[in-house]
Amino acid sequence: MIRSALTALLIAAPGLAAAQVDPADWEAVLDEADGQTVYWHAWGGSTATNDFIAWVGNEVASRHGVTLEHVKLADTADAVTRVLSERQAGEDDDGAVDLIWINGPNFASMKQQDLLFGPFAEDLPNWQYVDVDGKTVQTDFTVPTEGYEAPWAMAQVVFMHDTEDLPEPLPTAEAILDWAEANPGRFTYPQPPDFLGTTFLKQILIELTDDSETLMQPADEADYEAVVEPLWAYLDALTPHLWRSGRAYPQSGPDQLALMADDEIDLAISFSPGEASTAIADFRLPDTVRTFVLEDGTLGNASFVAIPYNSGSKAGAMVVANFLMSPDAQVRAQDPDVLGYGTVLDVAELPEEHRTGFENLDLGIATLSPQELGDVQPEPHPSWMTRIADTWAERYGAGQ
Amino acid sequence: MPPSRLPLGLRLLPALTLLAMLGPVAAGLAGTVLPAFGVFPAAGLTTPSLAPFRDLADWPGVVAAARLSVTTGFLSTLAALGIVTLFLAGWSGTRAFRVLERLLSPLLSVPHAATAFGLAFLIAPSGWLARLLSPWATGWDRPPDVALTQDPWGLALAAGLTVKEMPFLLLMALAALGQVDAGRRMRVAAALGHGRTTGWLKAVFPAVYAQIRLPVYVVLAYAMSVVDVALILGPSTPPTLSVQIVRLMSDPDLAMRLTAAAAALLQLALVAAALAVWRAGEFAVAALGRRWIVSGRRNAAADAGLRPLALIAAGGSALVVLLGLLTLAIWSVAGFWSFPDPLPSGVSGRAWSRFAATGGATMADTALIAAVATAIALALVIGCLEAEHRRRRALSPRGLWLIYLPLLVPQTAFLPGLQTLLLTLGLKSGLGPVILAHVVFVLPYVFLSLGDPWRAWEPRFATVAAALGTAPGGVLWRVRLPMLLRPILTAAAVGMAVSVGQYLPTLIVGGGRVETLTTEAVALASGGDRRAIGVYGLAQTGAVILPFALALLLPAWLFRNRRGLA
Repeated sequence: MIRSALTALLIAAPGLAAAQVDPADWEAVLDEADGQTVYWHAWGGSTATNDFIAWVGNEVASRHGVTLEHVKLADTADAVTRVLSERQAGEDDDGAVDLIWINGPNFASMKQQDLLFGPFAEDLPNWQYVDVDGKTVQTDFTVPTEGYEAPWAMAQVVFMHDTEDLPEPLPTAEAILDWAEANPGRFTYPQPPDFLGTTFLKQILIELTDDSETLMQPADEADYEAVVEPLWAYLDALTPHLWRSGRAYPQSGPDQLALMADDEIDLAISFSPGEASTAIADFRLPDTVRTFVLEDGTLGNASFVAIPYNSGSKAGAMVVANFLMSPDAQVRAQDPDVLGYGTVLDVAELPEEHRTGFENLDLGIATLSPQELGDVQPEPHPSWMTRIADTWAERYGAGQ
Repeated sequence: MPPSRLPLGLRLLPALTLLAMLGPVAAGLAGTVLPAFGVFPAAGLTTPSLAPFRDLADWPGVVAAARLSVTTGFLSTLAALGIVTLFLAGWSGTRAFRVLERLLSPLLSVPHAATAFGLAFLIAPSGWLARLLSPWATGWDRPPDVALTQDPWGLALAAGLTVKEMPFLLLMALAALGQVDAGRRMRVAAALGHGRTTGWLKAVFPAVYAQIRLPVYVVLAYAMSVVDVALILGPSTPPTLSVQIVRLMSDPDLAMRLTAAAAALLQLALVAAALAVWRAGEFAVAALGRRWIVSGRRNAAADAGLRPLALIAAGGSALVVLLGLLTLAIWSVAGFWSFPDPLPSGVSGRAWSRFAATGGATMADTALIAAVATAIALALVIGCLEAEHRRRRALSPRGLWLIYLPLLVPQTAFLPGLQTLLLTLGLKSGLGPVILAHVVFVLPYVFLSLGDPWRAWEPRFATVAAALGTAPGGVLWRVRLPMLLRPILTAAAVGMAVSVGQYLPTLIVGGGRVETLTTEAVALASGGDRRAIGVYGLAQTGAVILPFALALLLPAWLFRNRRGLA
């Protein structure tokens, strides 16, 4: 009797500690993380990303004794569903998800539903290197992160063009429309609600609207119809000249890349300045592809990792999140032969030994330098993304 | 022998089997019905309402999406059944027929997604056929902007489903042929002066169809609710209803889950209605067919026309699947490959070396899940069949329907609900729950595959063995199972194939922690990396072909000195 009570206590103890793990006491976090297994739910559609995550797994295993398992998702929302079903079923202590690659509406949804552990991000040791002032790492689509997610990569919209058929960059939304009219069938974008397709719509809206401040507020508080009207006028003009006359769309960014490799299209949007170089190195794009940004700048945001409230390996998850923000991981992620993702760190402020790594990096033939990338426009409030995607589906996505 | 003298385990097995199959479906459906009517405690919603259905009706694509599901479902099922029927009618017993029969296992092994990918890459305007013919024959130095795949009518989707379902129906029809004494029927028809094809249609088809009716229903229900093939080949503005359900379920806005549940119920109603329409169509065809038979016309001209047509359609379907497999193989080692180059500009082993680094564990898990799920299913099915045999009471048609139920209910309609149930029961995600979920889908196919050969076994062997003093258990273990080794292994191979191909059950029930070749392949397909898709498509196919090959070779080797069995 006593023995079984004791066993119960012993079994309960780690769970108790896991619930109380304090990110500010980093030594304790490291102690607890040693031996834990972290299930990182992250989109698995890109072999380059998968390889990078596998490398992260090797590093955290050898440095901190954390076993990292990459759960390859076709859609990040699958992980959100999972956490939600677990709460529904009362699984509050050791859920299937320990870490999620997340941003935008998925983060807004999970934060609002209290499905996240935190705040933890700004207590991580490597937070000191993060470029808090220069990069949008404390807001996610205008929603304050409040330490509930840790940034690990910066993204910015660039347009990829096949210089064989489209030699010169197109500086504005109007220029894109003019070119598309002159070259029918040679441009398309991923079908919303795919995030890249919705990003294209937001980018065009920012180009066309005079009042970008409105977009920072929730869409319900603005005159939605009036604000988005120029976007629909633009798309009405553009759609007949799209690939397949706008009757079919690629279903994802990589799908769109394949169309470019097949020489079906000459212009495509990307949310990663280094993607084109990485894809060329991986035979997924012709080596004649280059990238450009619009005159007035393009949208940018950060990719984050968050920890669900019911993770049983929160310490291990924080160790992984911290490692992702380390100079070692960041310089590797920025290497176009690996990922080509922008760093979240303030490179100029890094200690000498870390800075040279970034400075010596060859960004690849199709990647613009940080100066050439120009101004970064902030993401609108997530409600715009949702509403624009809905209206798009009504106007263009349901068989006209 | 009266039922009471059966061993207890054997008596309980049929009930246990039904529970293992129907329990999850029923629980999962309940988990769908509640949110469809607005009850979703996880999102804080507890008041029933019809709002989800109103939201569904407000979606402008709902009519087009529903229509698309219905038309592609009917079109592909009619085409697959038509091709199988005409091919059997015109060619059974010929050399061409034996060639296709031998190709059947490989054709069945190619996973749906891989077939769809292969077909898409073959026929697309920038696809392989166009590359082989351009620019010298077509004059294209750029691919033309024509919607040959993802066409708004769903023809490419229907074609993809047809070529993939044809081998399955052919397998089922072949099993049925053995039971209807086709040879004698044909001799009578021929003696009466009927041609080969029309004679077969009049004398043999009615009996065969009666046997394959349920598999045909399964094909219809599957074609109406398929997700992966529709994603690759189907239109997207709007997509089919099933694709839209998956989209809604993955929307970050949790309220969309309710609309998804309502759409899932609409999907269920559509499938039920389609099955009813098909059943009515059977009566109509039967009435017309009877009139045709009674009229006594000999239709020699139709016979001459239909035979080559059947060969082209059946051979063409098989060829498309095999060519698709070939394109997967080429892509898996391709360097850069653009239009209009007939072949890649270089060869690269990168995709395979990536697979070699991580694929071993995935393959092991895939094999483990498939093997255990199939073993459980086999044990349950053999137990049921043996109980049926000893009770001298065959399964009623209603019982047969129950076994088919998990295949007739769209997966999207009950799997999310099932996930919640498993969690509530305290079953953590992991291999165990995934294996149990696989049993639900594997068991019907094993039953389907093994039922007929089991019942066709000559019962006088049992009588002789009993007369020699063997107990019923001994008859089972020492006479019946060894004699039926070949169909048992075939059923096991079919079961393994079904298990390897499962996507949604593995993903949803496994909580993403269980990786199989198929979940990896679909995740990669979402990334559009054709080299990785090629590698995983081939690995999936290999994982399925191996059991089929064993099912063929093992009995031949074991029974090498028993000609009647091998």
